[in-house]
Amino acid sequence: MSADRKISRRGFAAGLAWLGLGGARAWAQGFAGLGGEAAGFARVVPGKRFVFPDDFGAHPEFRIEWWYVTANLRDASGVAYGAQWTLFRQAMAPGPQREGWANQQVWMGHAAVTSATTHQFAETFARGGVGQAGADVAPFEAWIDAWRMSAVPPLSNGTFAPLQLTATGTDFEYTLRLNAERPLVLQGDHGYSRKSERGQASYYYSQPYFTATGSIKIGGQSIAVSGPAWLDREWSSQPLAADQTGWDWFSLHLDGGDKVMLFRLRQKDGGHYFAGNWIGRDGQSIPLPSDAIAMTPTAFTDVAQRRVPTRWHVAVPSRGLAVDCTPLNARSWMGTSFPYWEGPIAFHGSHEGVGYLEMTGY
Amino acid sequence: MTRAAWVLAVLLSHWRRHPMQLATLLVGLIAATALWSGVQALNQQARVSYDRAAALFGGARTAMLIDPAHATFSQAAFVKLRRAGWPVSPVLEDRVQVNGRSVRLLGIEPVTMPTETASSSAIARNDLHAFVAPPGRTLVAPETLRDLGLAAGAMPRINDSGELPPLQPQPQLAPGVLIVDIGVAQRVLDKPGQISRLLVGKTTHNARDLPDKVAGTTLQRVAPDSETDLARLTDSFHLNLTAFGLLSFLVGLFIVNSAIGLAFEQRLPTLRTLRACGVSARLLNVVVVIELVSIALFGGLVGLMGGYVIAAALLPDVAASLRGLYGAQLPGTLSLQPQWWLAGIAMSVLGALAAAAASLMRMARLPLLAAAQPHAWQQAQRRWLWRQGVLALAMLIAAIGILVFGDSLLAGFAVLAALLLSAALALPVLLDSVLRLGGKGARNALPAWFWADSRQQLPGLSLALMALLLALAVNVGVGTMVQSFSATFVRWLDGRLSADVYISAANETQAAEIRRWLAARSDVTAVLPGARTEVQIEGAPVEIMGLADHATYRANWPLLRSVADGWDRLHADDAAFISEQLSRRLHLDVGSRLRIPAPAGDWSVDVVGVYADYGNPKGQLAVNIDALSRHFPDTPQTRFGLRVAPEHIAGVIAAMRVAFHLDARQLADQATVKAESKRIFNRTFAVTAALNTFTLGVAGIALLTSLLTLSGSRLPQLAPLWAIGITRERLAAIELLKTMAVALVTALLALPLGLLVAWCLIAVVNVKAFGWRLPFQVFPMQLLELLGVAMVAALLATLLPILKLARMQPATLIKIFANER
Repeated sequence: MSADRKISRRGFAAGLAWLGLGGARAWAQGFAGLGGEAAGFARVVPGKRFVFPDDFGAHPEFRIEWWYVTANLRDASGVAYGAQWTLFRQAMAPGPQREGWANQQVWMGHAAVTSATTHQFAETFARGGVGQAGADVAPFEAWIDAWRMSAVPPLSNGTFAPLQLTATGTDFEYTLRLNAERPLVLQGDHGYSRKSERGQASYYYSQPYFTATGSIKIGGQSIAVSGPAWLDREWSSQPLAADQTGWDWFSLHLDGGDKVMLFRLRQKDGGHYFAGNWIGRDGQSIPLPSDAIAMTPTAFTDVAQRRVPTRWHVAVPSRGLAVDCTPLNARSWMGTSFPYWEGPIAFHGSHEGVGYLEMTGY
Repeated sequence: MTRAAWVLAVLLSHWRRHPMQLATLLVGLIAATALWSGVQALNQQARVSYDRAAALFGGARTAMLIDPAHATFSQAAFVKLRRAGWPVSPVLEDRVQVNGRSVRLLGIEPVTMPTETASSSAIARNDLHAFVAPPGRTLVAPETLRDLGLAAGAMPRINDSGELPPLQPQPQLAPGVLIVDIGVAQRVLDKPGQISRLLVGKTTHNARDLPDKVAGTTLQRVAPDSETDLARLTDSFHLNLTAFGLLSFLVGLFIVNSAIGLAFEQRLPTLRTLRACGVSARLLNVVVVIELVSIALFGGLVGLMGGYVIAAALLPDVAASLRGLYGAQLPGTLSLQPQWWLAGIAMSVLGALAAAAASLMRMARLPLLAAAQPHAWQQAQRRWLWRQGVLALAMLIAAIGILVFGDSLLAGFAVLAALLLSAALALPVLLDSVLRLGGKGARNALPAWFWADSRQQLPGLSLALMALLLALAVNVGVGTMVQSFSATFVRWLDGRLSADVYISAANETQAAEIRRWLAARSDVTAVLPGARTEVQIEGAPVEIMGLADHATYRANWPLLRSVADGWDRLHADDAAFISEQLSRRLHLDVGSRLRIPAPAGDWSVDVVGVYADYGNPKGQLAVNIDALSRHFPDTPQTRFGLRVAPEHIAGVIAAMRVAFHLDARQLADQATVKAESKRIFNRTFAVTAALNTFTLGVAGIALLTSLLTLSGSRLPQLAPLWAIGITRERLAAIELLKTMAVALVTALLALPLGLLVAWCLIAVVNVKAFGWRLPFQVFPMQLLELLGVAMVAALLATLLPILKLARMQPATLIKIFANER
């Protein structure tokens, strides 16, 4: 599970590259300093004790961080929708936080709403230090412009719920209430999520048990919706490996109540690196060995002058999982500064359920 | 195909035999294209600069939120609006001194800057990190970097205090601007947390959603493309240039027309022979058009190069004018777009075809065997004159109509155009009448012939004479306007700059020190405090000046009209003098009431006077200085005027410079300020004057070519006179006299026409373009001078054909009788 959001992180870093925030150069420098420290930033070390609500908020001493929610929604008549809400933070420079405009943090927000026929998305940027974007602990609120993820008091430190989630784009908006009965899930080794044999790691926890209820507005129409949602919180100071070209990432809500995260990391040499976690009904998160995962594209869609695999056969034989994944909308293209594909899916086969698929580097 | 090539070769052989004619044709084409495209190049250059500036400042293309009552406001409004979902981006701007030069410092926030403003200039996006992270960058146009005498990477101080981040040249930037991150701008300008305005993007909300007034703030929305738009302010200037360019182009086409007409006349026998040899009329026409287009393409290309040279030569003056008048910054070097070349070539070709249209039509209908002799010229001429007269009358009526009903700058130019056209069309009719009158007075045969022959020459000469008339009239008009302006401007400057020394202190503390220092000096007779602020009235910026109650102002202020006790009321009541521009724009006059938006609530004032404020694109109003400070408490009191006896001026300035370290921008004596103002003014009209000269030159060439054309075809008329015993010298003298007489009549007609043009420029065009009206003055010496110039031009143009005639071989004259003509 640990590396899933590298995808988005890569998206974020590339988005900043478009803005010129060090971009490709900083990226490359990061690789040069691989395994070593991103000079001046806080290090990710094993054995951290997570403290809530403190760790709901920002960790500006780390280079990069995100708040990431995906929701698989249905209206009263069973029509499916998807919603995505993401807030990224990146520090341009290490060191004590500077006041006002001199603050070194840059924030980016992505939001999207997907139906079988449309996919609306929006993107926004902000600098830290003046209040346009941020993540406060008490009361909890993560925001950029008018997009907010905020606590609905009283907030449970164990479940990170209830939360209120809103975002508005040119052609869409949504407001969702996120509730959860089960506690947060620490990924990797008690939240220390190793990402490579070369020592890269992040702090990482999730709330895969959210139930979202609320309304989305799409095509000028307001629709009452509800369904399962998944939150990821991750922060780190180290960049990705140089030979990675893209990601195919799945989060699956199995009808039986289990949650599964799988990803494939595509490498320049044509090889793939697989990883994932199986999170049982009991809340136990168990890493899956690389050779236990099989992911095969079965159909492609041409979108934005690219050929993107939008149907997949996914299998974890050791767990008896063998499913065919179908996108709700094969054209769930995020035409943001760094474009990628992200949208809700449904799957059938050994298990039934819904989830989210994110693919970058196409 | 070969046949066409042969026909073309035959036609082209004509030019080999008449190189002078080819030269005139090319001169016409080149002159027309060069003047037109030169002016267009200047306009294009200016427009590109405005676009750059507009994209950069978000001034014209982007909606903005401003605080009408304050120069800056808290950036909390930015965060508040952002968190309410509005796509706004903050800007902090101020004028600063760098290396003794005044430039605009612009603090931007690159991350939220609306893409429509940023994408066009791509500023800061390529290296955002370096731009926002300490020490940051100061982006600057390369030409501005040169002007400042600084190198890339330098870190100059502004206003002798804050240090700017390292300078980095950016070619696509507008000149005269330094761009830094908003955080840097707040630091170096010492305005922490303050912003000047918010740019409103289009990304998430429709612009119409944003209310004119934002609830909970004093911010006001300024729609894109409002009065502050630089391009619109300068439109009139460019319209002026375009009008001149077009006039020059038309005059050039006169030359082309007469050259082609002559060539056609002379090639008639060749054409007829070719037709007789079996060349179809269609093929002949096609070949002639090909020939013409080729010549036009060549002339057009050369003309474009000429246009480039003209534009490059005029650019410094144009740039200086635009900077002086509107604060618009133009880069000093010319950069041209492909459209300019294409448009120039197209103008050249289309112009040549239009000029040749009459000849081409005649050729298309050319009867195979008919003689070339014009039949019953007199009858044809009478019809022609009648038609011209009717057209002239129609144009005159149109001019009057537009004058009465039109109410725009374009209408003003339309009046001018219709008037000039009407006069040009009426010219042959008037000349014919004059010549007929002269003919009636003639008793002897020779004078009678002289008058009658002059009349017969009219159709051939009329185009050239029209060109001369137009060129002269416009010269008179513009000359009169410039002179009127000059005379008025000097008087007005004397009135406005009535103090002897002007001081602008760096801040209030220094201002207080200066005041104390001045109070102690005996050589300073009076200290006149001044204050200035700016508000928005009906969406346009308006300056408010605070005037002290002092006899200096009462004696000198350039009031155009006021109530009887205007000055007393200004200082006692809620009253204001308003500038002429503001009076016209807001339709206010003495006795009206005006509401001024002020921080503590609207301030209602009586308009008690209207004053001249030439050259200021903004509206202005003058109020009592104490009243100004009451209603606008934040207005800095840092400006003074001093009354000092002339002999002490230098001493006072030197002492102040030492005591307060004031530079030339902060401390100036009246003479320097006046000289600077006059310099700007003079350069403003340097362009107009240069184009004027060109136009007159082109008109002279037109006359020359027309006369050359006529001299060839008129031999049949002259040969019989020579045969009956009149010497060639005498004939030449008669010809000279005739042409000069016709030119003189034309020039005399041009004078009243020119004065009419001047009146139109002053009373219609200027008022619409600038908002002020100059007193109309006539300068007789200038008129005489122009008359002289016109006659010299005519003489020079006549000389060559006359000399040719005087030296003509008798054999040539005898041949006339043998010829079929």
